[in-house]
Amino acid sequence: MLGRTAQNLFWMSRYVERAENMARLLEVGYRMSLTSRREGGASEHLVSMLQAAEMDEAFAERHDVADVDTVAHFMMFDPANPSSVYSCLQAARTNARSVRTALTTDMWESMNGAWLEFSQIKPRDVRGAKLLGLLQWVRQRSHEFRGALLGTILRDDGFAFLQAGNFVERADNTARILDMKYYVLLPRSSLVGGEIDIQQWTLILRAASAHRAYGHVYHDRYKAHNIADFLILRPEMPRSLVYCARFVQQNLDLLAKIYGRREACQDAIDDLLRLVEGTDMDKIFAHGLHEFLNDFIDRNNRVTDALSVSYNFY
Amino acid sequence: MGETTPFDEMYNADGSVREPYRALSEWLAEQPDKGLALMQTDAEAIFRKLGITFAVYGSEEGTEKVIPFDVIPRIIAAQEWRKLSRGIEQRVKALNAFLYDVYHRQEILKAGRIPEKLILNNAAFCPQMMGLEPARGVYAHIIGVDIVRVGPDEFYVLEDNLRTPSGVSYMLEDREAMMMLAPDLFQRSKVAPVETYPENLRRTLQSVAPAGAGSNPVIAVLTPGIYNSAYFEHSFLADQMGAALCEGHDLFVDGGKVYMRTTTGPERVDVIYRRIDDDYLDPLTFRPDSMLGVPGVFDAYRAGNVTLVNAPGTGIADDKAVYTYVPEIIEFYLGEKALLNNVPTYNCTDEDQRGWVLDNIGDLVVKEVHGSGGYGMMVGPTSTKAQHEEFKKKILARPDNYIVQPTLSLSTCPTHIDGTVAPRHVDLRPYVLVGDEVRITPGGLTRVALKQGSLVVNSSQGGGTKDTWVLED
Repeated sequence: MLGRTAQNLFWMSRYVERAENMARLLEVGYRMSLTSRREGGASEHLVSMLQAAEMDEAFAERHDVADVDTVAHFMMFDPANPSSVYSCLQAARTNARSVRTALTTDMWESMNGAWLEFSQIKPRDVRGAKLLGLLQWVRQRSHEFRGALLGTILRDDGFAFLQAGNFVERADNTARILDMKYYVLLPRSSLVGGEIDIQQWTLILRAASAHRAYGHVYHDRYKAHNIADFLILRPEMPRSLVYCARFVQQNLDLLAKIYGRREACQDAIDDLLRLVEGTDMDKIFAHGLHEFLNDFIDRNNRVTDALSVSYNFY
Repeated sequence: MGETTPFDEMYNADGSVREPYRALSEWLAEQPDKGLALMQTDAEAIFRKLGITFAVYGSEEGTEKVIPFDVIPRIIAAQEWRKLSRGIEQRVKALNAFLYDVYHRQEILKAGRIPEKLILNNAAFCPQMMGLEPARGVYAHIIGVDIVRVGPDEFYVLEDNLRTPSGVSYMLEDREAMMMLAPDLFQRSKVAPVETYPENLRRTLQSVAPAGAGSNPVIAVLTPGIYNSAYFEHSFLADQMGAALCEGHDLFVDGGKVYMRTTTGPERVDVIYRRIDDDYLDPLTFRPDSMLGVPGVFDAYRAGNVTLVNAPGTGIADDKAVYTYVPEIIEFYLGEKALLNNVPTYNCTDEDQRGWVLDNIGDLVVKEVHGSGGYGMMVGPTSTKAQHEEFKKKILARPDNYIVQPTLSLSTCPTHIDGTVAPRHVDLRPYVLVGDEVRITPGGLTRVALKQGSLVVNSSQGGGTKDTWVLED
């Protein structure tokens, strides 16, 4: 496989996942801005959501007011925003076009179809209920692509690069969502979280599609400790840091097996896993949650760097 | 010529249906009112979904269009095809022999059968190819011959297209689409398969691998990249053959050998099916500013370490000025008379011929010698007086830059136009592969001029395509 092909597969998968995460994040922000009872609360939620997506500065350069319309447009449709859903789908589709020979027909049709449909949508037609519908649609198309991938592609090196890209991106996303609100997760003396905390916790869980699963796992009211545990350490939670890191490791191990040789990227993923395995939330809190999350994001970035070197991305 | 009724491939002059079209005619009669229109909509959706698009130069950047597909197939009878394919085989053999000669002893020039100046001073002549021994002596491996039909038994070759002919993916996808849209029509007919093309392409490419390549030579398809108008086809063919789809920077030359950069390091490449023009192929040998090519690839080719398909310099044999001599070329190398007609071509550098051309320009077709894609040409009968005058001036200014031909009355085929069926002019591009043997796919790309009366079938000028059926006995 060409190094460039591997690179395109890895990034295509990252962009699809990113588009999905952007849609989920915007949905959360939108919902919360509708129900916020405080003055200025809507704008606050939207801004913290932009922060989680690391888009707050770019947004401020282009807009004075953060309201539902400006934020939705910026996150969904703005081609000048490299992480907008528009930019992600376009980048994913451009990568797909470059490596069409490495994709199955079903994968290509799903990717191409999503881009064609999305690129025809006129932003001014998408407001209110239509916005929620479109956000759902983005998630569904991402699921469809993943389904086509899992159902049709050979379990070879291309598969491993696609899967690694998907879960490197997802790990990054979960870590950033947690970091955005890490302060509401810190242990505090008060026994009951206030109304504001509950809302913030809901935001975090929803942004990871985890608000219903939480109940199934913990059978308990929302607690900061549990929420952090769920999204960081729970191996059965498919967006938790530990799950994502293990998944990436499996796929990098698959590459080492296919190519018959370990490379620097296998060491990099082992290094990432060391951070989240053999620990518990008490230790993480003692060490500092914010520091922990930043360390995770750094190590996760180093996996991509090492992967690029190990397999001749250029 | 312009005033006679064109030959229609479905209906005889008396309105009766020609034999090859009998099943189609019955099928058409059975279609419900909006049947064809619905089919047309389905076809459009299929093509867009598959991403079978081409980029139109000059239109908004990055726009991808779907070439219009007509849902009514074009049909060629078995005996008609036999005749055509014999003629095509004869042509491609003679033209390859001509290329070998031109780049070696140049006997045909010494014999005075073609003016030396016409070859040696021609921009398409590639001096770097002199004395080079390509595998099996083949230069043009992949050829798409442009043919028009003007009567029941009368075919003309318009162009030989020996460089990098495109469109074969449309032949294949048109067939796929047609089988999805009208399986019942296939059941009533015996249609020769075209889906053997990718496998035959692979065999052809492997058969011309360098001697040291081993039993399973590695093929790379070299593309200029995703912004090229034919990118879809490049990826399609690479996919169908299971070959690597490379851009210039994916390949490199080391020690006179070509490698691709893979996830596990360099991998040797034996055959490059390049879809990049000669000029851009190798900045060390051709245009130094090319970013698309592979530095040193031509030297690797010269050293016999890799095969380039098609060879550089094949353009000398499909140059519009050399075209006139093809019957001569066939006779010189094969000792046979040409089986397919050449279109009579007037030479504007000859004073007598030029005078006649200028007087009759309204009936003639003028083509730029190096033009392609329907650009830089004028069809007299469908052009305005002002356009006639403009081209007269152009010819007088640079007589060697134009060739002039009579306006051929291209045959018409039934075509779906806004819910009705109407005759439209068509041409035909069958695809030929030359390696260890000559392989001609029964069928080809039929291009159809969708505008009433138009003779220009190019997709860049509003043309569409049809599935092309060669019937089996």
